[in-house]
Amino acid sequence: MDAGDALLLARAQFGLNIAFHILFPAISIALGWYLVWFRLKYARTQEAEWLATYKLWVKVFALTFAMGVVSGITMSFQFGTNWPGYMGKVGNIAGPLLGAEVLMAFFLEATFLGVMLFGMNRVSSRVHLFSSVMVAVGTTISAFWILALNSWMHTPVGQVMDGGVLIAGDWAKVIFNPSFPYRLMHMLLASGLTASFLIAGLSAWRLLKAPGDAGATKTLRLGALVAAVLAPLQIFVGDLHGLNTLEHEPAKIAAMEAIWKTEKSVPLVLFAVPNEETKRNDFAIEVPKMASFILRHDLDAELKGLDAFAPDHPPVAPVFFAFRAMVGMGVLMLALSWGSLFFRKREPRWLLWAFAGMTFSGWFATLCGWLVTEIGRQPWLVTGILRTADAAGRVPEAALGASFAGYLLVYGVMLLAYIVVLTHMASEGAKA
Amino acid sequence: MSLDLPLIFGVLMGAAILAYVVLDGYDLGVGMLMPAATPSEQDVMVASIGPFWDANETWLVLGVGILLIAFPAAHGYILGSLYLPVAAMLTGLMLRGVAFELRVKALGWHAELWNWLFWAGSFLASFAQGYMLGRYLTAFQAGWGYTLFALLTGAALCGGYVLMGATWLILRTEGELQMKAVAWTRWGLLWVALGIALVSVATPLASEVVRQKWFDFPRTLALMLLPLATAAAWFWVWRSAGRSEWKPFAGAVAIFVLAFAGLAYSVFPYVVIGWLTLREAAAHPSALKVVLAGVALVLPFLVAYTVFAYRVFRGKARAGLYG
Repeated sequence: MDAGDALLLARAQFGLNIAFHILFPAISIALGWYLVWFRLKYARTQEAEWLATYKLWVKVFALTFAMGVVSGITMSFQFGTNWPGYMGKVGNIAGPLLGAEVLMAFFLEATFLGVMLFGMNRVSSRVHLFSSVMVAVGTTISAFWILALNSWMHTPVGQVMDGGVLIAGDWAKVIFNPSFPYRLMHMLLASGLTASFLIAGLSAWRLLKAPGDAGATKTLRLGALVAAVLAPLQIFVGDLHGLNTLEHEPAKIAAMEAIWKTEKSVPLVLFAVPNEETKRNDFAIEVPKMASFILRHDLDAELKGLDAFAPDHPPVAPVFFAFRAMVGMGVLMLALSWGSLFFRKREPRWLLWAFAGMTFSGWFATLCGWLVTEIGRQPWLVTGILRTADAAGRVPEAALGASFAGYLLVYGVMLLAYIVVLTHMASEGAKA
Repeated sequence: MSLDLPLIFGVLMGAAILAYVVLDGYDLGVGMLMPAATPSEQDVMVASIGPFWDANETWLVLGVGILLIAFPAAHGYILGSLYLPVAAMLTGLMLRGVAFELRVKALGWHAELWNWLFWAGSFLASFAQGYMLGRYLTAFQAGWGYTLFALLTGAALCGGYVLMGATWLILRTEGELQMKAVAWTRWGLLWVALGIALVSVATPLASEVVRQKWFDFPRTLALMLLPLATAAAWFWVWRSAGRSEWKPFAGAVAIFVLAFAGLAYSVFPYVVIGWLTLREAAAHPSALKVVLAGVALVLPFLVAYTVFAYRVFRGKARAGLYG
């Protein structure tokens, strides 16, 4: 075997871990704020129904959080083992950002989670509410630091060389790098949508089993309403994020839109099969001049194609398809959440089935978006600074292969158990 | 004033790892003791650690995080050398982490399975950590003798965590379970004695560097205070088990702190024994300074809310979740 296999295994393993991990923060960031809302409602109204709702979703949160913690611990080990070249080259910047997350967010959320889960009868209502807020604040701070680092890897600024070592010259620039505000907003909204569809979907599942359940009706309508607000907002922010990407990572946009040649009046490719061999699109369905219009707001504008970046451009097909899958799911989410607004008096069964079917739609869209942005950055790990191939480690393939198989099995079991338990808890409904 | 940053971060990392071993040690120990208890006792045992385990495991992330941030070269080398035991440990931690939630939320044989996985995960994680300690102390040298040693340290650390878990249960439970915990404490003590003796003999044998540090008269005489104090703590736990509620736990913590001090003395100033010192492995001062400022800023809050959480849940544990 050659070095390419080891690199591929290291990437596959890390990709698996990070993809598995992101599923849970994607829910818990926004679910934490939902819990604050439920808890606040109960504190205000003292209605048993809100308490029951809170207690049901705090269980979902606890399970989700536990999955996030244990898969997150794995990450802290694999940064060094799978990518020693990464820490060697940019560790002086990545390290402090990761450290900030652990110190400011991890301890905060983990400690107050204990009080939130088990302390309701031990502390005053005020302190308990405060603990819920701290957990939500912690998950959000966590997203802040991780996305600051991830954004810096896409659009690195603020770094200087000091005797052959890369260090931060200006931390404010490093943190608030060009793509950070867009990426952070995009991720927070993604979490909002993921949690909203989870809540709406599981509530719909309950209503299919127990028609007329008052608590589930409330949470279904709340989830659908929040989704209806966030979905168009997400499309707007996603567009801004795309324009930002065009400015700073044009090769990624070229791959997302499968634009092979630099030209004027570029058509929008609705569907095609990008062909890396011939460097063109097979079976393309196109709208003339539309890509130029969307990206430059001018029908005749010139767009850089992949030829402008050769040979350093990302693989086209996965980025192209993942982007379309993400946008497609986003449109479905918008359609369902808006459509449901017409039935707020009484939801028909087909609508309940639609929401139940879309329970994990946020996961799908988040993973697709993550594939677009991460594969779209290749062959770079840190744009213009470090190539992915130069960051891989010296772990023997046999060890990588064995642990990869092990992780795959464990993650499979955990994910299955998670979904089964969630659906089961939801079908039982909220109980005070 | 110039700061000795590698030293400061070495101390911080040591403190984080020690905090992890003590804190997660008791909850891993409780996990390993599960098969020895009845189902209703198991629920009390899990309830006694439920509010804390998330935060306890965060100390592991902090310890490994400091290794990664402050000593990146050592992180890649050490954890690369320990790749499979690390994977085993993580698997164990993951299984028990979700088992915490699933053993009460799943139904029928699923609940039984997760209850079993909670025990198995705790054991796997503890054993893997002890195994890694053994490999680390012998500088990852190859050979069946070294592997055997690491297997023994794996078993010994399990014993140590059982001791922590049992004394924690003396503190946090009552009645029959508390009586059982006294017996478990004595078993844990025997394992710990064996483990500490083993490591004390084997480490100097395996490493010239360590041998010179300990057997250098007259310094050796002063150093003998460490094993003497450890022995005193050991007898204190043995005597107080069954008579006092808090003394056994305090004594077990003392044993861990003393053993850790001995190990730290053996290893310092290296981060990989005989090969890489803290100074050589350290990251750039600019990165260390900003992290240190962050630590100084956050640490008081961290300590404050950790103390707060332990105060909220002081007293005896009761079965039943979300009370």
